[in-house]
Amino acid sequence: MEAFKTHTGLVLPFDRSNVDTDAILPKQYLKMLEKTGFGDFLFDDERYLDPGDVEIPVSGRRPDPAFILNQAPYNRGSILLARANFGCGSSREHAVWALKDFGIRVVLASSFGDIFFNNCFNNGVLPVILDESTIDELFELASGMGGLELTVDLEQCHIHTPRTTLRFVVEPGRRENLLSGLDEIGRTLTHSESIRAYEAKRRGLEPWVFD
Amino acid sequence: MAALTLYDKLWQRHLVDELSDGSALLYIDRHLLHEVTTPQAFSGLRAAGRKPWRIPANLAVPDHAVPTRKRELGIAGIADKVARKQVEMLSLNCEEFGIPLIELEDARQGIVHVVGPEQGYTLPGMTLVCGDSHTSTHGAFATLAMGIGTSEVEHVLATQTLRTQKQKNMRVVFEGLPGFGVTPKDLILALIGRIGTAGGTGYAVEYSGDAIRNLSMEGRMTICNMSIEAGARAGLIAYDRVTEQFVEGRPHAPVGERLEQARGYWRTLVSDTDAEFHREEYFQVDSLVPQVTWGTSPEMVTGIDGKAPVLSELAPEQRESARRALDYMGLSPGQSLKGVAIDKVFIGSCTNARMEDLRSVANLVKGHKVHRSVQQALIVPGSGQVRLQAEREGLDVIFQDAGFEWRSAGCSMCLGMNDDRLNSGERCASTSNRNFEGRQGKGGRTHLMSPLMAAAAALAGELTDVREI
Ligand code: SF4
Repeated sequence: MEAFKTHTGLVLPFDRSNVDTDAILPKQYLKMLEKTGFGDFLFDDERYLDPGDVEIPVSGRRPDPAFILNQAPYNRGSILLARANFGCGSSREHAVWALKDFGIRVVLASSFGDIFFNNCFNNGVLPVILDESTIDELFELASGMGGLELTVDLEQCHIHTPRTTLRFVVEPGRRENLLSGLDEIGRTLTHSESIRAYEAKRRGLEPWVFD
Repeated sequence: MAALTLYDKLWQRHLVDELSDGSALLYIDRHLLHEVTTPQAFSGLRAAGRKPWRIPANLAVPDHAVPTRKRELGIAGIADKVARKQVEMLSLNCEEFGIPLIELEDARQGIVHVVGPEQGYTLPGMTLVCGDSHTSTHGAFATLAMGIGTSEVEHVLATQTLRTQKQKNMRVVFEGLPGFGVTPKDLILALIGRIGTAGGTGYAVEYSGDAIRNLSMEGRMTICNMSIEAGARAGLIAYDRVTEQFVEGRPHAPVGERLEQARGYWRTLVSDTDAEFHREEYFQVDSLVPQVTWGTSPEMVTGIDGKAPVLSELAPEQRESARRALDYMGLSPGQSLKGVAIDKVFIGSCTNARMEDLRSVANLVKGHKVHRSVQQALIVPGSGQVRLQAEREGLDVIFQDAGFEWRSAGCSMCLGMNDDRLNSGERCASTSNRNFEGRQGKGGRTHLMSPLMAAAAALAGELTDVREI
């Protein structure tokens, strides 16, 4: 997995709560077999005026100029700013792959859908929970001319804005994983003996589970 | 010893290791797979040269992108080439890695959350995961069941464990006797209306109270299914006689001495009487009205006697999303929901496509006709087994006589990955679980409700109160 230490980028203000993963990546793209190539379809239903599908080239489609992802400078944004319950709904990791493929490395929101939150960490995307008043302030700053540039430092758990430095909290385990970018499966497999011992014990207690 | 909740007990039973980083390694007993969230996981295994840890723990079935017609053709009958390739890929991956697969043409095929319990693959006291958020359904069996992402699918395949954090405990108590026309779907929609789609985030939610105890396993699955719409990854219901009777005799359930032994353990799968919960909600269901959603989030819900909200009466922070939702749904503020004309009806999904649901619909529509203004009324059984049983009972004839289309099993118009979907602007009475913008098709408008209410809407051609039919 890709490590995440620190990231500087432009904020993409997405002023909405309860953004669901169906909106982030509509169902027709779930047919794809890879983890890449989803960026063009991020927020597809709103981003284009005409319907899309895997085999319809985006070059021939009509982007909706009123949609923020189609507006400069936000179309270069790499830090998505949203409100409560971002990424609720379906477990599709494709939603994170689409954000990442578009160039998003950090998502700032006041809360997240649980499964989406996990999926971010598993893909080197950092979801940060900030309180609502901080989110409000960031929206205000981000809507100014030229946008807002932030530096998100996972080592220090700091976000540097032009005005101040914000602190954020990440569970230590998740932070370590992101910082190291190590393969989680490989790390878990170092516990193979515990897993085998556990299985032997359970087999004695509940043999039908292993039948 | 401290009193434990059912969730605490399941957690402790499956804990392999507490990790130095504060997370835990939880053992996974059962893993369900489908075509959409697994290809990248199998590619990952292949790239790293890894093998599945315990092959019989897994069961795969294609359901999301499959057509609901021309099933006799099997995979060749999938017209969408990209979807066909994905279903083929599931077969190839299962073959390569030795994973048991129920193929498309198998009579046991169906929505993964209907198939698991039906086959006795889901059993009490287990941990069960699947790359699908509605895995919470299986919690009805006193099973710790959670939806996971594709990276986690790969992790579970390779290690038989999940790295995860313990959730907090929440209990929702439903007391009382629901009136006619009020179903488990109405209970769970009402809960989501009260606590919101993030109300359960970070919790494992246990449903209890006499209104839950009186439910069949099918009704309990409907409740647990929509835990994720309340934000909770896992929903749970204690083990009791109803669970026992459902499970026993299923193809993968233990028999003989093993069953005796299993029952001994299963009967402990209840929260201790003095166990403490971090949060509790009480619901009196006697006066509950059939529910219907008006907006684009499951929390935007009201009784069928209710109205779309008037924006000025909402909390300021809710106004913008309500305005946007009403706009998308083509409703005006303050509009009565009763009488809103519908274009399509979808009775199906892992929430409401089991026998009890279909029987209740058949009872209501028998001898009546789908209203002529309704363009399409689909009934999609949750599994091939449900389809067969319904046909044995003659329900298919009742449905078709009434003007419904009777299809083969799959997710279908719940998410519209196949060709069952809404066109832009079409309004649907749906028994599924999500009414997000575009969920059933770009620009489609979804009203979530119970099978009874959807059937009533089909007959009336508009949203209507099933109690008045
Ligand atoms: S029926 Fe709908 S909610 Fe259930 S698994 Fe299929 S797509 Fe998901």
